[in-house]
Amino acid sequence: MGNKVIQSSLTKKYVMALAGLFLVTFLFVHMSINLLVLLPSTDTFNIAAHFMGTNPLIKIFEVVLFGGFIIHIIYGLVLQIQNWMARPNRYKVEGWSHTSPFSKFMIHTAIIVFVFLVIHLGDFYIKAKFLGQVDDVMIDGHHYHDLGAMVLAKFQMPLYVFGYILAIIILAFHLHHGFQSGFQSLGINHPKYTPFIKTVSTLVSIVLAVGFISIPLTIYFGNY
Amino acid sequence: MNLTLKIWRQAGPNEQGKFVNYPVSDISPDSSFLEMLDILNEQLVEKGEEPVAFDHDCREGICGTCSLYINGRPHGPDTAITTCQLHMRKFKDGDTITIEPWRAKPFPVIRDLIVDRSSFDEIMQAGGFISVDTGGVPDANAIPISKVDADLAMDAAACIGCGACVAACKNASAMLFVSAKVSQFALLPQGKIEAKRRVQKMVAKMDELGFGNCTNTYACEAECPKEIQVTNIARMNREFLVAKLTDRVK
Repeated sequence: MGNKVIQSSLTKKYVMALAGLFLVTFLFVHMSINLLVLLPSTDTFNIAAHFMGTNPLIKIFEVVLFGGFIIHIIYGLVLQIQNWMARPNRYKVEGWSHTSPFSKFMIHTAIIVFVFLVIHLGDFYIKAKFLGQVDDVMIDGHHYHDLGAMVLAKFQMPLYVFGYILAIIILAFHLHHGFQSGFQSLGINHPKYTPFIKTVSTLVSIVLAVGFISIPLTIYFGNY
Repeated sequence: MNLTLKIWRQAGPNEQGKFVNYPVSDISPDSSFLEMLDILNEQLVEKGEEPVAFDHDCREGICGTCSLYINGRPHGPDTAITTCQLHMRKFKDGDTITIEPWRAKPFPVIRDLIVDRSSFDEIMQAGGFISVDTGGVPDANAIPISKVDADLAMDAAACIGCGACVAACKNASAMLFVSAKVSQFALLPQGKIEAKRRVQKMVAKMDELGFGNCTNTYACEAECPKEIQVTNIARMNREFLVAKLTDRVK
C-alpha cells in the first residue's frame, strides 16, 4: 500500500491543509514586518527587511516557505483536476445546494492570489534579491536596501493601491474558508472546538485583510 | 398545476442524450413528484411514446432508490427528503422544472434518469462489514456501549446510500457516504477489529472508482435526506490518518 499513501485523496487533503495553515503563519509574520513601514521613519522597516533577507535561520525557512507554496499550489491543482474529472458531464442547472459562501470558489480565488503573488514577487523580492534595483540607504553607518522608499513610491500609484487591496480581499475570502477547512481535513471537528475554530478563521481573514490593506491606504492618503 | 418538464432523455449508456420538454397539466399540488412523473409516463404510453425511465422503489423515503437532480438540487427543493417525499406544492403553477440524472463519473447513466450506483456497493464490499462469531445467540447488551457512541453510530447508519451527497458535491465526492459507513462501524466495539484495514480499503476503493475529493463545501450535508453530518468526514480523516501511521501491515 506504500505507493497509495502518496496518491490517496485523504493524504493529499492532509498535505493541502498543513501547507495552507503553515502559509497563514507566514502571512502574520509578513504583515507584522510590513506594518513597520508606517512608522515615521522607514529605518526600522529597512533594518527588519535586512534581517529577514540575511539571517541564516530565516534563509532556511525561506526555502521551507517556498516549498510550502509550491506544495500547496501543485496539490491544489492536482485535486482540482481530479475533481473536474469526477464529473465529466456537467449539470444543466447546478449549484443550488446550500454551501458555505466562499468554499465554492477556492480555485478561482487561488488563481487570483497566485497571479498577485507572481507580480508581487517580481515587484519586490526579485528586484531586491536578484536584480539589485533597489537604492541603498545609510542607517547608523551601515548600508541597507531602501525597500521602505520603494514601498512608499509604489503605494502612491492609485492603480497599484487598488490592485493590491483587491488581491488582499480575495486572499481573505480564500482564508475565510481555507483556515477552518484545514482543521476539518486533518480530522479536527468537535462540537466543543469547531465553532471556536470557525470564529478564529473569520478573525484571521479579517485581521490579515485589515492589516495588509491599512498599509497602502495609509500611505496613499497620508503624508508619506 | 400546469408545468413544463425539461427532462434528460438518453436511450442507453453509450447513446447521446438530450433534454426534451414535456408539458403536463392538471397536476394536484398534493401529488408527489414521482406520481407527477407517473402521470406523464401514462400520457406518453397512451401516445405510443417511450416512457421516462426513473428509479424508485419504496416510495416512503427509506430505500434510497429514487434519485433525480431537480432544478439544481438532488431530491429537489426541500431539505431532508428523498424525491418520493417531495410534493408538487413545493413548485409554483407555470414552473419549468429541469430533471437530470445524478452526474458523476462513477455513476454512469443507464437510461434517461437512471444511473448505475453499484460503485457504492463496491466500496462496501471493500471494507464495509464486521466479523461475527457463529454459534449460539449472544446475550443482549453483553458488550457495553456508551449511549453517546451508540447514538452517533446510529446517526451514521441512517445513510441509505442514495448518492445525493455525490450528486450535490461540486467535486462529485463520495466522502459523506464513505465516512458514514466508516463511522457506523468505527464507533462500535464490534467494528474496531477491522477498523484500520476498513478505512484504508474503503478510501482506496473510493479513489480508484474516480470519485472527487472533498473540499469541505458541505453541500452534501445540506442535501442528505438522512441529515448525515460532515463530522463523519472528519472522523474518517482521523481514522485514516491514524490507520496509515500505526497499521503494522504494510
